Amino acid sequence: MLKRTTYLSHGYDDPSGHTLAAYEKVGGYQGARKALALSREAVVDEVKKAHIRGRGGAGFDCGTKWSFMPKQGQKPHYLVINADEGEPGTFKDRTIMERNPHSLIEGCIIGAYGIGAHVAYIYVRDELHLAKERLWGAIEEAKAKGYLGARPLGKDHPVEVVVHTGAGAYICGEETALLNSLEGKRGEPRLKPPFPAQFGAFGCPSTVNNVETIAVVPTVFQVGGDTFSRVSALHEFNDGGARLFGVSGHVARPGVYECAVGLTLRELIYDLGGGLSTGKEILGVIPGGSSCPVHRPDEIVDVPNDPRFEPYNGKSILDLPLGVDTFRAAGGMLGTCCAIVLSDEADPVLAFHNLMRFYRHESCGQCTPCREGCGWMERIADKLLAGTATMDELDQISEIASDITGNTICAFGDGAAQPALSFVRKYRSHFEDYIHTGGKGQTRRLVSAAEVST
Amino acid sequence: MAFSLTGEQEREFEKILARYPNKMAACIPVLHLCQGANGNWVSDEVITFVADRLGLSTAHVAGVTTFYTLFNRHKPGEHQVWVCRTLSCALRGSDKVLAHCKKRLKIEEGETTKDGKITLRTAECLASCGSAPMMQVDKSYHEDLTIERVDEILNRLLES
Ligand SMILES: Cc1cc2nc3c(=O)[nH]c(=O)nc-3n(C[C@H](O)[C@H](O)[C@H](O)COP(=O)(O)O)c2cc1C
Ligand code: SF4
Ligand code: FES
Repeated sequence: MLKRTTYLSHGYDDPSGHTLAAYEKVGGYQGARKALALSREAVVDEVKKAHIRGRGGAGFDCGTKWSFMPKQGQKPHYLVINADEGEPGTFKDRTIMERNPHSLIEGCIIGAYGIGAHVAYIYVRDELHLAKERLWGAIEEAKAKGYLGARPLGKDHPVEVVVHTGAGAYICGEETALLNSLEGKRGEPRLKPPFPAQFGAFGCPSTVNNVETIAVVPTVFQVGGDTFSRVSALHEFNDGGARLFGVSGHVARPGVYECAVGLTLRELIYDLGGGLSTGKEILGVIPGGSSCPVHRPDEIVDVPNDPRFEPYNGKSILDLPLGVDTFRAAGGMLGTCCAIVLSDEADPVLAFHNLMRFYRHESCGQCTPCREGCGWMERIADKLLAGTATMDELDQISEIASDITGNTICAFGDGAAQPALSFVRKYRSHFEDYIHTGGKGQTRRLVSAAEVST
Repeated sequence: MAFSLTGEQEREFEKILARYPNKMAACIPVLHLCQGANGNWVSDEVITFVADRLGLSTAHVAGVTTFYTLFNRHKPGEHQVWVCRTLSCALRGSDKVLAHCKKRLKIEEGETTKDGKITLRTAECLASCGSAPMMQVDKSYHEDLTIERVDEILNRLLES
């Protein structure tokens, strides 16, 4: 279902859309005003009704996560915003921070109140200099108006928002690595449990949420949680509202598009993305950041024993609405909802190589299966391209990836294994061609022939 | 020579400290501040300074410094260029951008031009995949690159 919305992107085309004046014109800070008039419990309940599935990749329900925070206790609570956006193919949070920073600040006020925190840290990857500048600017504007500070919107619940920076490390997007990094340590993931709601930032109860998850919260209080949830075509899957869909790679109009939840990949690629920019057909799509399995367009949805899937069974995966549970049931993963499109000009073995290099480079090295496995998979990928890999080694890729899965401290390991397993399984003949002929039958490039040169 | 901050940088240092419940949390922002004040790299003197001022061991600060790719343990060129090479950019020609930068600057990845002007590096996904290929030059993003645009940007840097 293609339904464009503008809850977050209303001012994206306006050069001054990031200012408080522009934000107030569209009802800015009215959501916080309504939320702060409610009890803390009522705020969490309203967010639950909205069925906001975490926009950072795991798809956990936002209101439910907030409800895990202790109701009593001596320790301070913290709200931590994950603005580390580093998942390959993902570029949506940056648009919020640069073009609609007040939505995030307003969301922080509501979120902090809802979880009993007085400080929100926004952990922004260091490279996003404009985003940091816009966020600090928005914080200053909101403070000057009394929306933020000792009595936000007159409420006796002080809220301070602080922008914190990382220093270049994909792994810091993992929530416990992010907490270590926030505390001034190396960004190495922690074993869970304990979970952040018990032992998070500075050893205190904390909630870690993605930028978009929090930025959409003010809308929930403007329109009402249930109404917001029903904007989605997947309300019955408890996957509510609208979200930012990104599309990159081989499409004519790459970019970020805000739509109701329930958009399909075909709509994203053809109606919004303008179709393929090169090549004749889609070779594959990675629906939500590189850590999700890749899909071929000829994959057929087959989820028996669930009437909700009846309309989609027998159709191409490109026609399955993009939702957390729809894609999980179909053997995929929604991830960050930013799709990478490969046309048939692209060589899947090269794409695999590119991703394995990424994961080897970014593994933090704490767990043996991840550290060794990512290195090993990259070396086999190197050999494939050199035409020196064997069939045994091709099979080893799947073994290594399976050994990583579920055997590591954090989900990075699974994130590296998913693309490895799916690329090798779904493009097996391409891989075998590299072994038998050195890849003679393949395009041996990622871009169109016209673009390769110099 | 021992490293120190100017008066204005000292005030920034105090502002950073005030944001956190303890001094250790200021480690990364303070390292950024000091790296900037030290010609874009973290020398042994900077590590000692940060450890001293934050009450941390030099081993801790050194460990943090080496973990994160954006802290330089060697002095880079006057300008730093990062070409994103991850999948979305690779699908739109980042290889060509990188190859052109190498040819134009006559250096390899990780090297600095002889005049000390430009250090060339590659980066992993910089959250700009919808405007690929792209590169970062110091604090700015340059997106939807063509070879002509890359030349313009490099020429400007070389002439600056
Ligand atoms: C390797 C790795 C990298 C991640 N990177 C990010 C990221 O850049 N941004 C993000 O919001 N979540 C990222 N996550 C997910 C977070 O761990 C966490 O689930 C999320 O921030 C929770 O927020 P949400 O519930 O609002 O989605 C990453 C997870 C892993 C395993
Ligand atoms: S799975 Fe990989 S990235 Fe995660 S903690 Fe283990 S070694 Fe580090
Ligand atoms: S892949 Fe280059 S910015 Fe994301």
